[in-house]
Amino acid sequence: MTTILIQGGHLVDPSTGMDERRDLYLRDGRVAALELPGKLNALAKKEKTTIVNATGMVVAPGLVDIHVHLREPGQAYKETIASGTHAAAAGGFTSVCAMPNTSPVNDSPEITRWMQAADRKAVARVFPIAAATLGSRGEAVADCKSLQAAGAVAVSDDGKPILEGSIMLEALVQAGRVGLPVIQHAEDTRVTQGASMNAGALAFRLGLRGMSVDAESGIVERDIELLSRLRKSDPASRAHLHVAHLSTAKALEAVRRAKRSGLHVTCEVAPHHFALTQAAIGDYNTDAKMNPPLRNEEDRAALIGGIMDGTVDAIATDHAPHALHEKEQEFERAPNGIIGLETALGLSLLVLHRQHRMPLTRVLALLSSQPAQLLHLKHRGSLAVGSFADVVLFRPNDDWPFHACESKSKSRNTPFDGWKLPGRIQMTICEGRIVHDARFSAK
Amino acid sequence: MAPFAIAVGWILNGSMPIKRKMSAKKAARITRSAKIAGNGAGNGHSSSSRPLLTLEVSPSISPRNKIAIPQFHGPVPPGFLHPGSAISVSHFTLEDVGRILAEASELEAMPAARRALRYTKRRVALLFYESSTRTRTSFELAAKSLGADTALVSALSSSIEKGESLKDTGITLRSLGAECIILRHPNSGAPYLLARSTGLPILNAGDGSHEHPSQALLDLRTILAHLPPSARTAGKRNHSIGDRALQGVTVTIVGDILHSRVARSNALLLPRLGARVIFCGPEVLLPECAAAIGPGVEIERDFERALKQSNVVMMLRIQKERLAGLEIDLEDYIEQYQLHMQRLAAHAPAAIVLHPGPVIRGLEITGEIADGPNSVVAEQVYHGSIIRMALLARALDAHPKRNEQSSKNR
Ligand SMILES: [Zn+2]
Repeated sequence: MTTILIQGGHLVDPSTGMDERRDLYLRDGRVAALELPGKLNALAKKEKTTIVNATGMVVAPGLVDIHVHLREPGQAYKETIASGTHAAAAGGFTSVCAMPNTSPVNDSPEITRWMQAADRKAVARVFPIAAATLGSRGEAVADCKSLQAAGAVAVSDDGKPILEGSIMLEALVQAGRVGLPVIQHAEDTRVTQGASMNAGALAFRLGLRGMSVDAESGIVERDIELLSRLRKSDPASRAHLHVAHLSTAKALEAVRRAKRSGLHVTCEVAPHHFALTQAAIGDYNTDAKMNPPLRNEEDRAALIGGIMDGTVDAIATDHAPHALHEKEQEFERAPNGIIGLETALGLSLLVLHRQHRMPLTRVLALLSSQPAQLLHLKHRGSLAVGSFADVVLFRPNDDWPFHACESKSKSRNTPFDGWKLPGRIQMTICEGRIVHDARFSAK
Repeated sequence: MAPFAIAVGWILNGSMPIKRKMSAKKAARITRSAKIAGNGAGNGHSSSSRPLLTLEVSPSISPRNKIAIPQFHGPVPPGFLHPGSAISVSHFTLEDVGRILAEASELEAMPAARRALRYTKRRVALLFYESSTRTRTSFELAAKSLGADTALVSALSSSIEKGESLKDTGITLRSLGAECIILRHPNSGAPYLLARSTGLPILNAGDGSHEHPSQALLDLRTILAHLPPSARTAGKRNHSIGDRALQGVTVTIVGDILHSRVARSNALLLPRLGARVIFCGPEVLLPECAAAIGPGVEIERDFERALKQSNVVMMLRIQKERLAGLEIDLEDYIEQYQLHMQRLAAHAPAAIVLHPGPVIRGLEITGEIADGPNSVVAEQVYHGSIIRMALLARALDAHPKRNEQSSKNR
């Protein structure tokens, strides 16, 4: 029986609305009790509990990231499930949902189970997202039922879109039947061939092919149309469309309208899309190359607006590690993506809380309770009694410099190297196990 | 991945009397060093893609000018860009432009024999990932006329994969003694990567659809030479060129603006000297956002209306190799945008006609225009070699400030 008492902290739990000083008691991987300061001391003494002093810290549910690339199986030189979850823990995340664009593609119950096996040595809980179509080839919808039974929490062909309308519809139907969301990487790849950044004046100036806003919004609008048609033909359908890494004002508006009309459409935004614009590309910095690309200031402002007004359901990192030699290439040849697990909380606090005055509890909701609900991760993203003992402790006003070279990820591809971010993470506890402790973390 | 071979040969300058043969031992030593540099720099590529380096040294060598053993230099500090580089015209101040033009005039006036002593045995590498007889020859002859040795690395093949990274190729060339690299590359921005990897001055001889600074400077020199004498002060003794040097001059750039690095470099340079730049072409080759490249640039889709306002007409080739996915009706294009005698005589009889080459006669311009009295294409080529000498002199003279950090680094 392992027990931990987190003492003297300010407990912020968006799932219950708690925002007060409380002591938190963890037992056997679950939240056992939360009481006024000092009230649990006697119990702790009796049970010879490990005591964590959280004075001056925020105590919050462990963060939940519904969009990461852990690169296993097949690309362990970029990241492993072990290294990726260490990075997650260092960033305060206790649950991560791993995209299936591995090698081979995770389109089977076997790989789905393999990713969750103890041998992977994960320090945060890994929830696989399985391929929506076999091999993510966009031709035949995968067997959602057996994938769900193996532990998949959603289906997606992330990295590419489910382009064919009939296949997307079929995926929504099949996944809906077992209650799994379909996560769409919304990019009309028929018009983004050879593109490596956002379309427009800067792309012209840099001589790079651009991805238009319509290449994203067109697919989002098409998918919403499919969902709407599906609901008309089958009002009982549980089909759920989730838009991954939404990056444009136009696609956001489409989601906003769909939500208003009562459709089950949700979306996520990545920290880099609300923290940066395409200007970060500078002199062809490949660490500012991702897909969807960084957009212009109007899009960035619209995303922040969507986060503030609740249109955006979750913040998800799209953590996408790549080896140094892959990023040290010509801009057009370098792969897309950046690592993001260790900067997500800091960037969210910086941009949303500090610059846009979003209450801390709402920022944390976007990073924990809401994404957990979205993918039905039961007893995650909450500190209610009985929940998993997933906890993050951080100092909200302690600004710290992020150094890529100290990242726990195997890769270093980030445009945020050297940024000063608020919210230094002191400790991360996953299912009652201390998986990150700043006091012992090697510098 | 197919194995990939680069042949490196320092072609020693013909103007230097070379007497003694290089010993076989020395040649072997150089070859070995080159191989070590090639292998040691690999970063994760499979061994099958490792470059095969062959160093061919000219048959004879002077003992006084013996080739130094390639030395290794340390990593380049982040954000460092060698001040002798010419990657984008946007990096040049007007003072830089004035100095380059003045240097060009000075070198132009210098007797060839004296010029050849200026950078004797200095090493310049030409790294060409795209074929370009014109630009390559121009740079090569410019380097040789300054006395420098040149090595041409041509990583060109339509069928083989390039195995070695640009970074490693650059480090290899640096280890082989290159003091400056002239790069032609199909990817926009590649010169920055080479500059960051080697710390050497990089002369951009055209990168993707990005820039071609030496072309813009030679176009500038060509245009200046055709200004009325009263207006011609730029680049003379006083080393300065003002922001009104091209006042009253309207330059129309016509054709495939979307893919043209020449158009971009000119549009970024000429307005700073007071010129008006008009982009002219159909929507597929000229998106509306092109005008946002900088002040003094506008779009006029009607060729004849643009011609009426022009003193200078710059005709561009349609870059078929970069069209991928874009549809264009050539007959229609010719109808609307070809420059032919009738059109020129009717709308801009006094304008000079420039073309960066290669010219596709019968497409963007007719043979009559190319050979006609308005064409200054041959002069452009001449000014090209002078400007490239000046850029090389600037690269080989400049001293890097090692601790310079990019202000963008946070
Ligand atoms: Zn994606």
